[in-house]
Amino acid sequence: MIASLIVILACQLAGEALARGFGLAVPGPVMGMALLFALLLLRDRVSRHLPAALSDDALVSTGQGLLTHLSLLFIPAGVGVVQNLGVFAQYGVALGVAVIVSSLLALLATVGTFLLVARLMERTSA
Amino acid sequence: MIGDNPFALWVYLSHTPLLWLTVTLAAYWAADRVSVASNRHPLANPVLHAVWIIGAILTLTGTAYPTYFEGAQFVHFLLGPATVALAIPLYENRATVMKALVPMLAALVVGSFVAVVSAVGIAQLLGAPGPVLAALAPKSVTAGVAMGIGEALGGDPALTAVLVILTGIVGAMIVTPLMNGLHIKDWRARGFAAGLAAHGIGTAHAFHINPLAGTFAGIALGLNALFTAALVPLVLALFGR
Repeated sequence: MIASLIVILACQLAGEALARGFGLAVPGPVMGMALLFALLLLRDRVSRHLPAALSDDALVSTGQGLLTHLSLLFIPAGVGVVQNLGVFAQYGVALGVAVIVSSLLALLATVGTFLLVARLMERTSA
Repeated sequence: MIGDNPFALWVYLSHTPLLWLTVTLAAYWAADRVSVASNRHPLANPVLHAVWIIGAILTLTGTAYPTYFEGAQFVHFLLGPATVALAIPLYENRATVMKALVPMLAALVVGSFVAVVSAVGIAQLLGAPGPVLAALAPKSVTAGVAMGIGEALGGDPALTAVLVILTGIVGAMIVTPLMNGLHIKDWRARGFAAGLAAHGIGTAHAFHINPLAGTFAGIALGLNALFTAALVPLVLALFGR
């Protein structure tokens, strides 16, 4: 598990370093996600030469452990609402309506486009 | 003895990270139990209920948010590694993902645009001022990135964080009834929409419903973070600020 954590943290660290170093708009953890993905692809080719700690399923189970309780990780930032009660008292209705309606529209637009393009592609390839 | 003065004990404990870390985990645990017991009912969203429970405790005890965050930061820190770990389901489903590359990119462009433009447009119409609009614009993007975008445009990063979480909760609550109501059964499309509109909270919800949906939600979260960073300045310029 420790080796897996090191791999994940090292990917994030490298991601942060790349993002900051080159002044990219990409956030460090997202860059780290891309790096870990590349690393996993690469691992398949050289798995024979890797220590057991990196080639077994520990990385997968550690990652899944982190993702199982992804909801928990948003709570500290969410509790920050207590600092912004003034803004909400003043613009709460505008913000609430904007967030709800916009979420609904974004979900519909995304799912609709995805299905439409997927169907068009099926038709052209068929 | 400290026990002679319960108030002194409280003053001590209420300023240790230990108390607020424990409270955060306990509130989440309780909210998650209820969510599981209700078969992941949308109204039982664990983030929503944990946040108001903790918020109420902080208000009742007169505890400042920075004091709370000293304990909660250990949980908050794990957001970064968890984002990196999204590469694992992505890797495991890579064949399915590669086949859906074109629909994903098309949905990303349309969905991102609708998310930003509709939010800013509606809030402006209802009288929200410029700095609030700047804080609202990146609401569909994962918190860390959204705060950076909002701040660069003159929004308050703390307000952005709250709006991001609110959007995540709202999106996670409406996505399942909405998609079921429309009889959409493609888990790739459902998951991608959840991750795009409601970032990590939508992704967490998607993983609870279906693993493939969760994978696509994770990809949407990553792609939207990149795309919105470029899009938001353009949209705000469009709305004349």
